[in-house]
Amino acid sequence: MTDNTKIELKGVHKAFGNKRVLNGLDLKIEAGKSLVVIGGSGTGKSVMLKSILGLLKPDSGSITVDGHETTTMSAREMEKVMGTFGMLFQGAALFDSLMVWENVAFALTQGKRIKRAEARELAIENLRKVGLAPEVGDLKPAELSGGMQKRVGLARAIASHPEVIFFDEPTTGLDPIMADVINDLIVERVQDLGATALSITHDMASARKIADEIAMIYKGQIIWRGPASDIDHSGNAMVDQFVAGRAEGPIQMEVLKD
Amino acid sequence: MPTRFPRGGLGLNFLFGALMQLTDTLLAPVNVIGKSTMGFLREVGRLGLFLWVSIKAIAMPPYYPRLILEQLMRVGYFSLPVVGLTAVFTGAALALQIYIGGARFNAESIVPNIVVLGITRELGPVIASLMVAGRVAAAIAAEIGTMRVTEQIDALTTLSTNPHKYLVAPRIIAGVIALPLLVLVADVIGVMGGFLVSTQGLGFNTATYIQNTVNFLEQGDVISGLYKAAVFGFIITLMGCYQGFHSKGGAQGVGRATTNAVVTASIAILAANYLMTSLIFNNGTALN
Repeated sequence: MTDNTKIELKGVHKAFGNKRVLNGLDLKIEAGKSLVVIGGSGTGKSVMLKSILGLLKPDSGSITVDGHETTTMSAREMEKVMGTFGMLFQGAALFDSLMVWENVAFALTQGKRIKRAEARELAIENLRKVGLAPEVGDLKPAELSGGMQKRVGLARAIASHPEVIFFDEPTTGLDPIMADVINDLIVERVQDLGATALSITHDMASARKIADEIAMIYKGQIIWRGPASDIDHSGNAMVDQFVAGRAEGPIQMEVLKD
Repeated sequence: MPTRFPRGGLGLNFLFGALMQLTDTLLAPVNVIGKSTMGFLREVGRLGLFLWVSIKAIAMPPYYPRLILEQLMRVGYFSLPVVGLTAVFTGAALALQIYIGGARFNAESIVPNIVVLGITRELGPVIASLMVAGRVAAAIAAEIGTMRVTEQIDALTTLSTNPHKYLVAPRIIAGVIALPLLVLVADVIGVMGGFLVSTQGLGFNTATYIQNTVNFLEQGDVISGLYKAAVFGFIITLMGCYQGFHSKGGAQGVGRATTNAVVTASIAILAANYLMTSLIFNNGTALN
């Protein structure tokens, strides 16, 4: 059996002061698959994602991409790995000082040193792929609505044809219709590129739509993982509570009451 | 959970508790000093590390000439009005003060000499740099701080772009180039301020004033000020970038970073000015 693993995390620990956020997290992501990690706020989703991206350094444990350990890589080696990644941030994280097309073409003009005229054409093409008109390219990010910013963020994430695309809460802050538009775009673009996708979200509608597999994180560990179709009969009380969105259950929120 | 003491009676427990409380009270100031010292050392270490990474980013490719030019405009060109106005008023006030002081021992004629010396060696570099610190360090900290809290700096990293090379290096290079040029302008305008007040208000002869200024001025007076300006430009942009890079906690954090950038840059400029003046004073002949 051939090993099809794209990214693997083994025993990853990360703490901030006394607060342990990742607690020996193990996760394997297969090439060409879309894995969605669900979990409540403060369970370690974002820290896990930032650790994979090299934005945070784990205290211990191993993270490999295509079998190469990234936790001990030099900044230059990590930059090369980053070249194979695309990322859609929660707030889109578009550069305010640049025009929309410059944002989309950023990886092409900076990393691949493609000429501006050619990069502009490619940026417009990518904007079209996420349903935005070429005129949008000449606007500043501040002139766009939240949904349009997310679509520009997606266009930027796919512009350099990444092997892996990360989505951080892709539908947070959007109305249900726009959220569904973004979900459809994510599915289309990921399939189009044949890329591996890792998303973190607490939006179950989004998870159902974009995932091949779903994993649930709780207190810095993966407590359940299975095909997206199994999410409604996971056999795990915590997953059931999260999916149903119930306050009562094994997961207790720390809420002070009078 | 309360500490459990061995059986020995309530009196002994009470005495032990009181002793612990007294020790805590007595050691409280030491605790505060210790925490402040650790915090200060941590900050110095972090700044040192940031400085090292920034210097490496400046020295190693890739370079961003378009961004350096853009920053030169922001740091240098757009600071010209504020620096010019500050210099002209400082030169004018200096001429008046020297005239009053000089009159006490019939040495009013010394005004052109002291004005040109004071402006080029001290006031030009310091006043111009403090004004630029208020304008530029704050702007840099606010811009980079906002980029930090909106994840734009993380986005740069994920787009295979080193944020130190893309954001910090162009600003520092622009600061080191722009400040000496600004100070040169401040020197000329400051001396002109003194000249205008002296010739129009204090009865100095125009030709004699210019003659005295030119004869008294030495190359080292101007050059020492320009050296200082380059260092101040480095300090201003470094502090702006450093505070912005480490801002956290949303809008309030960005506001705090902006204030800290101006305060730390201003204090560092004044401290560096003293150190450099001492060095130049001790090796005065080298620059004269």
